[in-house]
Amino acid sequence: MSASLVPAPTPARRPPGLASRVWSVSAVPLVVIVLSVLVGAAIIVFSELLVPGHPFDLGLPLVAYSALLSGALGNPDAIVSTLVYSTPLVFGGLAVGFGFKAGLFNIGAQGQFLVGALGAVMAGVALAEVPAPIAIPLATLAGFIAGGIWGFIPGFLKAVSGAHEVVSTIMLNYVAVQLLAALVSGPLKVPRSPSPVTFDVGNAAFPIILGRNGHLGIALALIAAIFVWWLLYRTTWGFEVRAVGANPDAARYAGMRPKLITIATMTFSGGLAGLAGTSVLLGVTHTMTSSFGTTVGFDSIAVALLARSNPLVIVPAALLFGGMRAGAGLMQIKAQIPVELVDVLQATILLFLVASPVLRRVLRTGSRRDGPADSDAVVASLGGEAVAS
Amino acid sequence: MTDQTGTSLAPALEMRGITKRYPGVVANDRISLEVRPGEIHALLGENGAGKTTLMNVLYGLARPDEGEILLDGQPVRIAGPSDAIARGINMVHQHFMLVPVLSVADNILLGEETMANRVFLDRKEAHHRIVELGRRFGFEIDPEAKVGSLSVGWQQRVEILKALYRNARILVLDEPTAVLTPQETEEIFAVLRRLAAEGHSIVFISHKLYEVLEIADRITVIRRGRVVGQRLPAETNEDDLAELMVGREVQLTVDRGTSHPGQPVLRVSGLKAKDDRGHLAVRGVDLEVRAGEIVGIAGVAGNGQDEFVEAIIGLRRPTAGTVTLAGTDVTGRSPRDINEAAVAYVPADRHRFGLITSFSLADNLVLTSYYRRPYARGVLRDGDAIQRDASSAIERFDIRTPSATVTAGTLSGGNQQKTIVAREFDRELKLLVLDQPTRGLDVGSIEFIHRQVIAKRDAGTAVLLVSAELDEVLEMSDRIGVMYAGQIVAIVDGRTADKNEVGLLMATGGTERGGTERGSATPVEVRP
Amino acid sequence: MDFTPLINGLYGIPVLGLLFQVVGYLVEVLPPNSSSIMSQATPLALAALCGVLCERSGVVNIGIEGTMLASAFTAWVVGVAVNPMFQGAPSDLFGITIPLVIALIAALGVALLISALHAWLSISLRADQIISGTIINIAAFGVTGYLDQLISKTSPAGAGEFTRLTPPDALTNLPGVGWIVSMFLNQGPIAMSAIVLIVGAQVWLFRSRWGLRTRAVGEHPRAAETVGIDVIRLRYRNVMIGGLFAGLGGAFLSIEATNSFQLGMTNGRGFIALAAMIMGRWTPLGAFASAILFATFLQLGQLINIAPPGGDLGSVMSAIPAQLFDALPYILTIVILAGVVGRSVPPAADGQPYERESAT
Repeated sequence: MSASLVPAPTPARRPPGLASRVWSVSAVPLVVIVLSVLVGAAIIVFSELLVPGHPFDLGLPLVAYSALLSGALGNPDAIVSTLVYSTPLVFGGLAVGFGFKAGLFNIGAQGQFLVGALGAVMAGVALAEVPAPIAIPLATLAGFIAGGIWGFIPGFLKAVSGAHEVVSTIMLNYVAVQLLAALVSGPLKVPRSPSPVTFDVGNAAFPIILGRNGHLGIALALIAAIFVWWLLYRTTWGFEVRAVGANPDAARYAGMRPKLITIATMTFSGGLAGLAGTSVLLGVTHTMTSSFGTTVGFDSIAVALLARSNPLVIVPAALLFGGMRAGAGLMQIKAQIPVELVDVLQATILLFLVASPVLRRVLRTGSRRDGPADSDAVVASLGGEAVAS
Repeated sequence: MTDQTGTSLAPALEMRGITKRYPGVVANDRISLEVRPGEIHALLGENGAGKTTLMNVLYGLARPDEGEILLDGQPVRIAGPSDAIARGINMVHQHFMLVPVLSVADNILLGEETMANRVFLDRKEAHHRIVELGRRFGFEIDPEAKVGSLSVGWQQRVEILKALYRNARILVLDEPTAVLTPQETEEIFAVLRRLAAEGHSIVFISHKLYEVLEIADRITVIRRGRVVGQRLPAETNEDDLAELMVGREVQLTVDRGTSHPGQPVLRVSGLKAKDDRGHLAVRGVDLEVRAGEIVGIAGVAGNGQDEFVEAIIGLRRPTAGTVTLAGTDVTGRSPRDINEAAVAYVPADRHRFGLITSFSLADNLVLTSYYRRPYARGVLRDGDAIQRDASSAIERFDIRTPSATVTAGTLSGGNQQKTIVAREFDRELKLLVLDQPTRGLDVGSIEFIHRQVIAKRDAGTAVLLVSAELDEVLEMSDRIGVMYAGQIVAIVDGRTADKNEVGLLMATGGTERGGTERGSATPVEVRP
Repeated sequence: MDFTPLINGLYGIPVLGLLFQVVGYLVEVLPPNSSSIMSQATPLALAALCGVLCERSGVVNIGIEGTMLASAFTAWVVGVAVNPMFQGAPSDLFGITIPLVIALIAALGVALLISALHAWLSISLRADQIISGTIINIAAFGVTGYLDQLISKTSPAGAGEFTRLTPPDALTNLPGVGWIVSMFLNQGPIAMSAIVLIVGAQVWLFRSRWGLRTRAVGEHPRAAETVGIDVIRLRYRNVMIGGLFAGLGGAFLSIEATNSFQLGMTNGRGFIALAAMIMGRWTPLGAFASAILFATFLQLGQLINIAPPGGDLGSVMSAIPAQLFDALPYILTIVILAGVVGRSVPPAADGQPYERESAT
């Protein structure tokens, strides 16, 4: 840009009304979801053509979506199921989002999830006979610490050697899979069991607090979301995290230590993702098998992006994706559509989201910064810095 | 060489009634400019007056909303930089448009590549042409040298060669002397005069009054997007030009009064530090700054000033030597420790170091104190206290902004710098360190900041001022240190300092080497 | 001269002997497998080449993995769809059939589309390039997983695969250099074109006009613009051509190295390739050499299971769980990244969105 132009008198601005503020914040995500639903419907129709021997039914998308909705929200059991599926996504979304705030791309939520679960199962099995009020917090803590270690490694490497965390976290995802396989078929395996499986965590399992399988993790996830929001916006630590994410040079000048903050952030982020794995292990499966797989890794990234890394918005975003996962099974039964459709829906949501500046212009919602279309809005809107509250 | 007045030569370049609007501002308002062949025409105006916009229009980087451009009397439409270049218009930008990792030859070739065949470059031929071109204008250049290793004066020459390689007829130079020593400026002026003598037309953009008076054949003054006057150098002087530029009588120099220095506050002894690439940039500096005095550091950019300042402030670990503050050894302490020892630092790159542009104004005002009372108790932040003090600072320092919650990135340069000043100056200070504090600012903001600095000095603060603008150093400093090749090679009294003497020290460090007469024989490496 | 007693003696030295055994094992086992190593290196090298082209122009492409996966899937699926339409014997040269060629072209087309998307998001919308690439990866995994589920239900037959050239025994059995011949000539068409492309890219980047412009744009796009270069168009073009390379690498996986598609079959190669690119200092030849290094380790991981070393080394190795060897390439990537990245300098404008000065 040319040298600072003669400053124009700043135009007087009327504070926007509530309705227009709600619209400008939610317009884009809503439109994104609507568009994705439409694209999903198109894909379903297209899929019918691919698989021969099916009567061609244009109404199939409706069947599929209604099954999806019903499976997610149709009855109290379904709703609890949605909550259960969403719980690890809240933790994972918080993990990825927290990293984004510090300018870090934690794509390793997948691996931290697995390692966290590993930590939880090892501690849980060891504490299986210990009374629950002691076993549960300790096993949870173990999961948090294990995930934290898996986040510490790339954080440390980045701070010390500059190795970009995108590649190192993804590599650790693959290593985590191998680690899990090695431990579950080896030292942790129940002897004489035909397939690799660990012992049960016994008393360390999360109690059911809602419906048939709504476990303690649900409450923990909500608490975590509030805690992370408070941490980011009400404490000096959060201020430092956001400062380093926005401008590490200025952060240094301000007396902060970006390297330390990077390490701490990645560790905490890893811990949160570890809690995601912990919640699934202690809340749902209670043992670990070698096929303890998960879609949580990518889902967490989607949640964080959709929520723009805002901890409070992560909860509804997690519910959206969690609901889709919960309802997918019913959709597969009723409409013969593979559950993987949810992956496709997720992908279209993300694609529309990242193209949202175009949507924004079309919908003519002003950004908070007002003024000529600014290139920072996209970066800021997708995980970058938010205005301090 | 002056043109022959009254001849029937069509102007080489004419811009008529150029108007260019951006959202919220009219950058150029019916500007007309006319340059004759072989003329050096100066475009004078302060930062933000619209000179760069006008040249962007000429160079095809911006399309005018109204008006037209004529070359040799013919109206033309300039579609973009390659079109401009094809028509013989070349621009040497204020911030060099050179790729540091590429060689001189590659930089010159870029965009105008000499080809051996359809695919491959003809480097041999290019090498040849470049050496010849340099010789024609009086210097020896090595086309294979990496541009990043050249001194600023030599990079400037490469930029000019770039233009000549493309058969430039009209050469636009945007603030060409901003980073040159007085000697290098003379050398470049000699080159420009030779170019003009050969018939090239030169547009010389500057805000430096005495330079414009020295080199130009005619001077056009722009203010707030409009032409406010045209002068011949013989008919005007600095005061007249300054008044035209700013629109009111301007005190060209701030009266800094006499200083009454007290005890030494900052003592630097044998300080050494490395730069980001691991080379020794600060090579043993001894310096003392006393309370109530301003010590200015003059020097060509790249002689270790930035690293020196960073080593004092705690942003860079010294490899040897000591830094003492009011008797306490603070060598190698963290920036926070030093800040808490009543030291303030106004960085040169305000977007990179001074502010977080995506944070609010209020948060930027507490950037260095957010963790202390009253802005935080332990780990918990106190939003109300932050807002309150922000409102107060906005008033006292006259920061033009609708509120304290706007993001700092939306403020103008001057207001951003005022924010930094408000943050740093608003407490009792033992030491104030400023690096390029008024770069790129309009005259009003410059005046304001200079006055604030002098006020601090008079209140007893020791001030260390680093600036590449020799005039600023001469104007503000009670004592002047000249930095060359990582050392302070001389300290002179601010009242008696002679500009040329200081300039010579800046360029040569006081030794015979380094090119004293008529430009160096080979590119001088300032950084080893 | 019989070296056996000397070698056995060296092997027998406590602790240090293990080192000699390792070297001996490598010398014994690697050359005969040189062409497999080259095959392993091919997708890595092609992906790294994509990375080099993109980043030299200033665009970070994290989505290479997804691009490769999508291309691999497309090549397989199109082969499946088209195969029944053409009866014809495969050609002697590389086993070329029309379905295979069509499959290859389709794969390249998909790669072109995906990289055009990445280019649009990164260059025109100026979205964060890492996020754009990550989203492409997520999309690729999601869509290929879904479609694979749909299609696999019917267990279709694929179009087969390209076959390797078999150089004459006289050449491959040459003492000392036979393995080199084998390495470069005992390959299928994609692998061999990869070698040519890499050499070509190296020359192009440093000696041609477009290579110079590319490098300038990656270092200082503003400077390039001021001499009349269209930064945006150059970046689009390079990202899309880079995508073609990634597409070639993906197609290699499903129609040359194997003849099928598995979910996630790229297995992180797109990311390992980035490490190879960094290690190779953003040059095609450097990236290629690094890819060979990684491929060697990948190959070793498999060889240790098939043909484990004997002696002391063998007993040491069998104590190590198999999963560690599977994890080795990923651990190696991290180690190399951490060790090398500080010293290897990327193009200065890498990853920074560019805004045209010309506000016409």
